[in-house]
Amino acid sequence: MSLGVAAIPELHLADKVWRVNWGLMLVVTLIAGVGFLALYSAGRMNLEPWALKHATRYGAAFVLALAVAMVDIRFWMRLAYPVYLVSLVMLLAVDIVGKGAMGAQRWLVLGPLQIQPSELMKVALVMALARYYHNLAREEVGRIVYVAPPLLAILAPVALVMVQPDLGTALVLLFAGAAVMFAAGVKLWMFIVAVAGAVASLPIGWSLMREYQRNRVLTFLDPDRDPLGAGYHITQSKIAIGSGGLFGKGYGQGTQSALNFLPEKQTDFIFTMWTEENGLLGAVVLLGLFAALLAYGFFIARGSRNHFGRVLAMGITVNIFLYVFINVAMVMGLIPVVGVPLPLVSYGGTAMLTVMFACGLLQGVAIHRDLLIPRNP
Amino acid sequence: MRRDADRYQLFSRRSLLLGTGMVGLLGALGARLHWLQVVEGEKYRVLADDNRINMRLLSPSRGLIFDRTGEPLAANRNNYRVLAVAERARDAEMVVERLDRILGLGETERRRLVRELERNRRGVVPVTIRENLTWEQVAQIEFNGPELPGVSIELGQTRDYFHPELMSHIVGYVGRVAEQDLKENDDPLLHLPGMRIGKKGVERGADAALRGKAGAVQVEVNATGRVVRELDRTEGESGANLVLTIDVELQRYVSERLKDQSAAAVVMDVITGDILSLVSVPGFDNNAFARGVTQAEWQDLLADPKKPLFNKAASGAYPPGSTYKMVTALAALDARVIDVWTALPCNGFIDMPGKDLKKYCWIHPAGHGWLNVHGALAQSCDCFFYEVAKRTGVDRIADMAFRLGFGRPTGAGLPEESAALQPTRAWKQERESKGWGIGDTYNLGIGQGDMLATPLQLAVMTARIANGGYEVKPRLVSAQVGPRDPLAPPAMRTTPDGPSMRLDPKHLEAIRVGMLMVVNHGTGTANASRIAEAGMAMAGKTGTSQVKRITESERDRKMSQSELPWHLRHHALFVGYAPVDNPRYACALIVEHGMGGATTAAPITRDILLRTQKLDPSRKPGRFRQASIEGPVVAQAPAAGPDRPREGGR
Repeated sequence: MSLGVAAIPELHLADKVWRVNWGLMLVVTLIAGVGFLALYSAGRMNLEPWALKHATRYGAAFVLALAVAMVDIRFWMRLAYPVYLVSLVMLLAVDIVGKGAMGAQRWLVLGPLQIQPSELMKVALVMALARYYHNLAREEVGRIVYVAPPLLAILAPVALVMVQPDLGTALVLLFAGAAVMFAAGVKLWMFIVAVAGAVASLPIGWSLMREYQRNRVLTFLDPDRDPLGAGYHITQSKIAIGSGGLFGKGYGQGTQSALNFLPEKQTDFIFTMWTEENGLLGAVVLLGLFAALLAYGFFIARGSRNHFGRVLAMGITVNIFLYVFINVAMVMGLIPVVGVPLPLVSYGGTAMLTVMFACGLLQGVAIHRDLLIPRNP
Repeated sequence: MRRDADRYQLFSRRSLLLGTGMVGLLGALGARLHWLQVVEGEKYRVLADDNRINMRLLSPSRGLIFDRTGEPLAANRNNYRVLAVAERARDAEMVVERLDRILGLGETERRRLVRELERNRRGVVPVTIRENLTWEQVAQIEFNGPELPGVSIELGQTRDYFHPELMSHIVGYVGRVAEQDLKENDDPLLHLPGMRIGKKGVERGADAALRGKAGAVQVEVNATGRVVRELDRTEGESGANLVLTIDVELQRYVSERLKDQSAAAVVMDVITGDILSLVSVPGFDNNAFARGVTQAEWQDLLADPKKPLFNKAASGAYPPGSTYKMVTALAALDARVIDVWTALPCNGFIDMPGKDLKKYCWIHPAGHGWLNVHGALAQSCDCFFYEVAKRTGVDRIADMAFRLGFGRPTGAGLPEESAALQPTRAWKQERESKGWGIGDTYNLGIGQGDMLATPLQLAVMTARIANGGYEVKPRLVSAQVGPRDPLAPPAMRTTPDGPSMRLDPKHLEAIRVGMLMVVNHGTGTANASRIAEAGMAMAGKTGTSQVKRITESERDRKMSQSELPWHLRHHALFVGYAPVDNPRYACALIVEHGMGGATTAAPITRDILLRTQKLDPSRKPGRFRQASIEGPVVAQAPAAGPDRPREGGR
């Protein structure tokens, strides 16, 4: 099994720089640029309070991503389980001593650092699953015994995040984990059974939900139920997007956002603001950039010659997709308001760091695409 | 490595499936975008503008009201009030509680407001939280603006009345717009918060002119309802100022002369129809109504037996009694059933045909002896008028009465004016199957029975007789002037207003001689009340109308009126005009349960007509303010003194 490794020479830093996928970095930068423009407008054409910080953070995160990419991918593979375990412990800690924000405990304060362990977990879970499947033979993947550990690894953080409560992140974790298992080759009937089981246990989930989460679901099913209460945000967001039309109201000219009809316009509803001002055209450009990012991720995954890289890249791609889809679908009233930011565009430090770390890993997979890594090294 | 190739194959297939799924879902997002922005785009554009643009009506200043000399009667005072729009104030309880800390609303008021806001949840009509704010309160609310979503301060106007008790029945008052008002009138102004509409008196009668036209302002608002900027503005038009025919000085005199009575008096210019004074005592505080009267105040007013809320001069319908005898006489002369010199005997009673009943003259049992129309009026002989009424018949009497102004509102400008009742044969037929009888004719002849008249109608009748038979119409409003136009005193014409009634001047002369004798002849019923001043002499007619039927035993005992409880005593009436040789002013007066027209009503009327003549502009020209009163009156605080309106706050 060590034959493969010997066949490929170790990469030097210069080789790695040469192999960096600059197209991916360009797309990521363009998306962050859209974020900058949107936040500049959200701040009423001011760098403060959001746009400048966003740009600075991106700059730092960009360097971090490249640094992550340069690190040997086997290092990250070795680190996968420890990182996962640390994240899990931190999630547990957050549930016990976490700092609340808007009725939910999400933050962990470590000295000067404020860490959102659920963000960390998104990457950690994918890394752990990638390592796990890297070490499984094809026949083993399908066996129930081998399905149990990843299932546990997914459900434990999902449960911990759910009780915070943070429905959006829990869903992203669940779907991203499921997507990784699916890509790795877990048998289709198992998914069918799982979905059936989930539907059957819906009433239990309902009873576990907080009042505001239930309201969100109910209001989603019937937004007119309370147009001035919980449904207000969806209704106003739809009005903003719809009134943007083909070409928008003009950059910086959004009435809905400027007059505060939009809640959280700098975070969860930034897509709404962007679309109100720049119309269908602006929305298509932004979604197109995300599609390009996803395409890069997809082809990087398929281009990797080691299974860890493949599964990791695919997991990260699905993760980003889930963020984008849930956020955009939410603000357009397609799914309930679950409070998920739009990656690289929404204002927020931890989310930016996580996404760029993930992009760094993606880049790392791309750089180390020809590296053959044996099972159980 | 074959195993890895295997794995790769599976991964490749599965990732392709995932990729396809992602592309599909992204496509769904695109389709949704297309639906929202292109297909439904127009709808959402309208909704966004609805969000953003608010039309606000600007309420115009209500017109001011002045008396004939330019004395202000009603004006507006600036009033800061705080409003809340339920739709914008998400948490009504929180908003009300914060306002409570600034305004000190009190527990009950707080609960009421929260309830009202909750009820208006989906409405955009603002709820008035409090009026008449002080400067400090305004400043505090403005300062705390961001914490009070949906709350706004508006500058409104409160109505101030300068002579509350004195002018209450004429000027009336304004009040909140009621459901009923909205049904009758679709002026969008009525939907404004704090809008006041005329409820009584001239305020109601001339409401349309006083109200003015609404302006509008288009403003851009943010999500909390706060105005961001103004987009467009059209100014409204202030209401017209009204000059009334009332002379406040005379009004005050009449009112004081009738003090502590339950009484009404009308003084009218027989040439122009101007009502110089229209008094109904007691009056009420119309400022209290403009501000919103409390339940306790309301109950007190309703419980008062003298009915202070009731305008007796315009709405009070009383049996006119002997003051109606001019109508009977004029009808008889006009029908030529008697002439001026026809003399009839009075034995103190007449027999009712076919019945064992008698109708008595008030002087029973002595009788007046033989009298013509002059003497019959002077001595108010009932028997003469029984006979004359029988000869003339109800139809001709009623016809004459209608011509003199009975049986319908005179149209002086008070919406609450009563038509009273002029009975006719047809009316009686409709009411009672046995129809009109001779007894009814007798009763009508002396103004009793079903006959009812308002003091205003009696004044009109007197004026039409005094001015030589011209159908003069009474009026309370002499001019409507634009908000910026100067006031002019009412013109003093010398030829009567209105068409001639085509009565024989000789007949009118006979009636006037009779009325002259009532006051100025030794046999007259009101001889004690004549005016001695040269050129100011008064003519008139007494009336004492029954409130209850006098029983036979009471008649035999010659029971005195003063032995009866107040509410059963006779009404005392008097109608008169002056000066006798060139009549200018007519007056009608009733003192409820005043017992005797000659003893109670005549002396008061004498004083009123004397005062009226002395206040005539030809004698006191300096009393009329000619200058424009625009501006200062609005800003001025009401003058200190007994008439000063009470400050707001309940």
